[in-house]
Formats: sequence, C-alpha cells, structure tokens
Amino acid sequence: MPNDRVAAVGDKDSVFAFKALGVDVFGVKDNEDAEKRIKELARTYSVIFVTEDVATANAELIARYKARPYPAVIPIPTASGSNGFGMRGIDLCVEKALGRKLDEED
Amino acid sequence: MTRLNVNPTRMEMRALKARLKTAVRGHKLLKDKADETVRRFMEYVRLNRKLRRETEKEVTAALKSFMLASAANSPESIAEAVEVPARTVKLKSGETNIMSVYVPKIEIEEGDEKELYPYSFAAVSSELDDSLKSLGEVLIKLIRLAEVEKTCNMLADEIEKTRRRVNALEYVLIPDYEETIKYISMKLDENERANTIRLMKVKSMLEKESGGR
Repeated sequence: MPNDRVAAVGDKDSVFAFKALGVDVFGVKDNEDAEKRIKELARTYSVIFVTEDVATANAELIARYKARPYPAVIPIPTASGSNGFGMRGIDLCVEKALGRKLDEED
Repeated sequence: MTRLNVNPTRMEMRALKARLKTAVRGHKLLKDKADETVRRFMEYVRLNRKLRRETEKEVTAALKSFMLASAANSPESIAEAVEVPARTVKLKSGETNIMSVYVPKIEIEEGDEKELYPYSFAAVSSELDDSLKSLGEVLIKLIRLAEVEKTCNMLADEIEKTRRRVNALEYVLIPDYEETIKYISMKLDENERANTIRLMKVKSMLEKESGGR
C-alpha cells in the first residue's frame, strides 16, 4: 500500500536538489542498481520520480506499473534537458487506447 | 463462423435466443462505455501533454539553476545545506472512480512547517535559494502530473480491454449465436416437412391398399 511519500531515483547530481524539498532521494550508479531500487520502492512509495535516462534504460520495468493505481512512476528530465521519453510515454498510451497515433499537437 | 455444438431442439433454441438478446444488449452497453471512456481519456491526454510540456521545461530550468548554485558553493556546503530537509512532502492519496476504473487521486498535503530553506542563509549563496524556490513550485505541478499521467495510463488500459470485449461480442459471440439459431430453426422446419411428407405417404399407401380390395 502507498505510504503517501515521494521518492526520486536517478543519478545523484540530478535528483539531489529534491532532497531539500523533503523528497526521499535515492542516487543510483548504474541501471541494474536502478532496477533493484525501483522494484523495492514500488512496494512502499506512492509516487516515484525517475530521471529520464534511468527510465529509458528500465522502460520495461516501468511499463509494468502502468496498470496499477499505485505507485505512479513518472519520468522527469534532468538538468541537461529532456530526451523525450516522457512525451513518448503519452504517445504510446494514446496509441494503445485508440489503436493509432494522434498527430494533433495542441 | 462456427456453429455451436448443441442439440437442434426447440428448448435449446429458446435458450439461445435469450442469450443472443443478452449479448446484443451487452455489446451496446460496452460500446457506449468505450465511447465515453475515450472521450474522458482524450481530455486527460490533452491535460497530460500540456502539464508535461510545462513541467519538463520548469524542472530542467530549476535543476540547472541548482547545478549553478552547486558550482558557486563548495560541494560540502551544498550537501550540508540540503542533506537534512526542513520539511517532508506528505501526500494525500486516494482513489476516484472514472468510468468504473479506480484511478489515483494524489494531493499534496501542506505540512505545518512553512520553512523551505533548511539552511542558514549565511552558509550558501543566494542562487540556491532561487533554485529551491522554483523547484518547490514545480514539485506541486509534478505531483499533479503524476496523478494525470497515471490516470491516462489506466484509462488507456481500460479502453483496450473494453475494445477487446466489444470486438469479441460483435465478431464472434453474436454471429455464432445467430448462426446456431438459424441452424436449429432450419433443422426444425426440415423435421416438420419430413413429418408431413411421411404422413402423406402413409395416407396414400393406406388408400391404395383399401382401393385394391
């Protein structure tokens, strides 16, 4: 069950800033580490922010949490900008629901 | 389409007709549900796109300014300043029902500690203050994004499921029933005709027999 807390997973430099806001920050060194960490956090946290580079590497794992109400695993960009993973997630979701891509850009 | 493996009897046909009626009704209801879910889904997707575009920009900007602030101070002083937060993010997470899908409802619960900066202003430069301020604002949006994005994902899943059900009813179950009912009614008609013919035949045979005498 969710514990109403927020976690952030990513390389230490990118997510460290969230620490000051009271988000539980977990720095990970490589993708294996990240995978283990996300699995572990998914059991307790309500919202998990994952930096996009880590999310891209673990896309399969993250897709598994999509059908459940909790946890919400949300990719966030790093200081160097977004690689488009988050937006691609929305497109995938639309494609799944409607069976086709939507070119509307509003 | 395949015919169901049933005995061609009147009783069987009656039961099948009832099932066909249920299936048609279910199909209509599910189709309506799918339409409405898609409509809701589109609203959420639009919101999701908008939120994500905004937050991505803001998060990047905030993290960049934090990086610059880290560069302006020694790593130790930054770590010291940030390591022990003055507040924690507490969420109020519940569930709401959208088209009988239970989606999360996440709200940020403002703690009583209003102090954002967990450090002494003397210890670090003012860049850090700015970056934390903007990050704090964007966090609220991020939580909202989490809720909306999750809702989108779950609705997409539900739409897919519903569509499968609608298609199964429309292209498999209903045609099967229709064909089976047709088969049974034809078989029953055939039996009836056979029976009439047999009676006629018997009658003519009897007549021939009695006429000969």
